Amino acid sequence: MNAAAQIAQVKEPLTKVSMRNLDFYYGESHSLKNVTMPLYTNKVTSFIGPSGCGKSTLLRVLNRMYDLYPGQRAEGEVLLDGENILDPAIDLNALRSRVGMIFQKPTPFPMSIYENIAFGIRLYEKLPRADMDARVEAALRGAALWDEVKDKLQTSGLGLSGGQQQRLCIARSVAVQPEIILFDEPCSALDPISTAKVEELIDELSSRYTIAIVTHNMQQAVRVSDYTAFMYLGELVEFGETDDVFNKPQEKRTLDYITGRFG
Amino acid sequence: MSDHIVKSYDRDLEALGRRIAEMGGVAEKMLAEAMDALSAFDIDLAHRVVSSDPRLDALQREIEENAILTIARRQPLAVDLRECIAAIRISGDIERVGDLAKNIAKRTLKIASEARVPRAIVGLKSMHEIAAMQLKDALDAYALRDTERARAVWENDTDLDALEDSVFRDLLTFMMEDPRNISFCTHLLFCSKNLERIGDHTTNISETVVYLVTGEAMPVERPKSRAPDFGVKDEAAQ
Repeated sequence: MNAAAQIAQVKEPLTKVSMRNLDFYYGESHSLKNVTMPLYTNKVTSFIGPSGCGKSTLLRVLNRMYDLYPGQRAEGEVLLDGENILDPAIDLNALRSRVGMIFQKPTPFPMSIYENIAFGIRLYEKLPRADMDARVEAALRGAALWDEVKDKLQTSGLGLSGGQQQRLCIARSVAVQPEIILFDEPCSALDPISTAKVEELIDELSSRYTIAIVTHNMQQAVRVSDYTAFMYLGELVEFGETDDVFNKPQEKRTLDYITGRFG
Repeated sequence: MSDHIVKSYDRDLEALGRRIAEMGGVAEKMLAEAMDALSAFDIDLAHRVVSSDPRLDALQREIEENAILTIARRQPLAVDLRECIAAIRISGDIERVGDLAKNIAKRTLKIASEARVPRAIVGLKSMHEIAAMQLKDALDAYALRDTERARAVWENDTDLDALEDSVFRDLLTFMMEDPRNISFCTHLLFCSKNLERIGDHTTNISETVVYLVTGEAMPVERPKSRAPDFGVKDEAAQ
């Protein structure tokens, strides 16, 4: 490989997910319109835009969550490592173990902290007790929660604070060793300290996982993401490096949105 | 550009712009009066210039405080963030212009009693004409968000540098003609340096205007029409 090609490779990150001409329908309603964009490997991509612009819908496509509901369908291609995940023949359990998701409201299971983590792992793997203990600890450490819960692993996950619950959900997601983690407004129900902890966590996780985050908090998008996509009425209006999108947006609609102007 | 959804946000930013315009007006007046005072050796006028300076300092502090408050309150992004940063930078440059005008007035107070070679001031007047025009253009460029005008100011600064060079040679000649001119001419030498510095701050303002509008920084190196030939590297002027 010559030097120029090497530089080009360093500058251009690897693509983990490639969405091509993606359309999405809730029955008759056309909620994603011809979206083409990448998610780069081990980078954080934030999705911003007004409510109803399609950013959460897009996240739901990435792990085929819409399959749970009748009347919802996606068209186009979503290539995960080159494989089209919209293909009806794809193994959904395997897909969802590769693509974890964290929601706006923490969703711990009504069981112990330990079981919250172990439950997910058991769906995919049979592990001896000692190995399971190690995996649970690693997951809780990975979510920066271990020190706070190590003495009460058998107490209910519902007894934790909101911020701790959210990090428990992140630990649960990390435990099954996914490749991509989707965050749908992960901090909107959290106080600023818990928000900072989750943001710190996203920063750490980004060295190992490809991350997509939907957020209404512009400053959060600036802080945590490498790339930003601005969506409006189901269309991808602008996609680029976060610094560029928030300093010198190319599209007037992006500028109006991020600076709080009338569109 | 369309308005913000939060109307008080627009009012905050507009207030910053108005204060900058006010500072610019005060600084332009100080500079004009300082040069009038120097030309006519008018002590009263020179005192008035000196006493105008605190007004400029107070305005600068007010702009800085309001810009910081706006950043804290609104968390501005893109052009709005640059508005706040530009206000802080430009108010700093205008405040320095005021200081330099004040310094010309103070030197006037010192040399008024021994007005030795009035014709030595002619070159300074030419420098002032250019500096004042450049300052006006830079402030207009800010008010109108006019990058073309700002770039023109940036490029024309070489004229002032060239004139300073020739004023330096003239003053040197007067000093060699008669050593009793040395004190008087040295003060004028500092005045010419002050005018040249005002040109530099004016260039800074025009750079900030381009940054404000486009988000792009101007090149680090400004055009130079001459090699430094005073035996000193002119680093402080940047």
